[in-house]
Amino acid sequence: MDIHAISIIGAVIAVSFGAIGPALAEGRALAAAMEAISRQPESAGPISRTLFVGLAMIETMAIYCLVIALLLLYANPFVT
Amino acid sequence: MLETSPFASDVLFHIGPMPITLPVVTTWGIMGFLVFLSWVGTQSDRFVEAGGLGIALEIVVETLTSQIDNIVGAKTAPFLPLLGTLFLFLVFANLSAIVPGLKPPTGHIETPAALATIVFFSVHYFGIRMQGWKNYLRHYARPSALLLPLNVLAEITRTFSLMIRLFGNMMSHEFVIAIVVFLSGLLVPIPFMVLGVLIGIIQAYIFTVLATVYIAASAGRIKIE
Repeated sequence: MDIHAISIIGAVIAVSFGAIGPALAEGRALAAAMEAISRQPESAGPISRTLFVGLAMIETMAIYCLVIALLLLYANPFVT
Repeated sequence: MLETSPFASDVLFHIGPMPITLPVVTTWGIMGFLVFLSWVGTQSDRFVEAGGLGIALEIVVETLTSQIDNIVGAKTAPFLPLLGTLFLFLVFANLSAIVPGLKPPTGHIETPAALATIVFFSVHYFGIRMQGWKNYLRHYARPSALLLPLNVLAEITRTFSLMIRLFGNMMSHEFVIAIVVFLSGLLVPIPFMVLGVLIGIIQAYIFTVLATVYIAASAGRIKIE
C-alpha cells in the first residue's frame, strides 16, 4: 500500500471515529438542556445561550478531526 | 471537483511581488461597506431626526449592548467597540457567500487566525488595564502555583481552538455544498445554502460570545461561567 492509500484510510478513520464522541456528548448536553427548559421555561434564554457555547466547545473536537483529515488529504507532509 | 486544496487561496492579482487573494479583497470590501454604512447612519442628529438607517443602527447597537451586558455584568462600555465590530464583521463575512461569486473570507485560515490573534492580545490588554500588572499576572497562578504551566497552555490552545472552530465550520460547509453540487443537480444545494446562513450567524455569535467570556474573565468580571 502506498502512502496515498494509507492517508485516505487514515482520514476516514479520523473523521468517523472522531465524530462518535462529540455526537454522544452533544446528545447528552441537548437532552439535559431540554429537560431543564421543560422544568423551568422562564430560564430558557440563559440555558440556550450557555448550551450554544457548550455545543460549540464540544463540536470543536469533531472539527479538529476534520482538519486532521483534510491535512492528510491535501497538505500531507509525507507526500512529496 | 476537489482538486483545489482548502488550504490554498485563489490569487486575484499582484501588487508588485505581493499576491492579493480573494479573501483579502472581500475583507476590505466588507470593511469599507461597514464603515460607509455607519458613517451614513450617524450623519443625522441622533434621537431627533434619525432616519430609517440611523434607527436600525441604534437597534443593532442596543441589542449588542444588552447581549454583552448579560455576560459581562456592569459597565460594558470599554468592551463594546471591539466585540460589536467583531460580531458585525463576522456576520457579514460569514454571509458573504450569499452574493454569487464571493466566498466567505472566514473559510480560509488566515482570516480566523488574524481575528483569534486580535482576541488573544486584547485579552491581555483588558486584563492589564482593568486589574493592573501584578493582579493580572498573579491570576495565572491563582488556584495553585502548580497550575501555572497549564494556565499558560490553556491561553494558547483556546486561541487556537477559536481559530480552528471558525475556520473548520465555514470551510467544511463550503465543502459540503461543493460535494452536493457534484453529486446532484443545480437546485438541490439551495436548502444547504439556507442552512449555511444559520451556521454563519451561529458561528459569528459563538465566536463573539467566547471572545467576550475570555476578555471578561481576564478583566476580572463575569456573570456566567
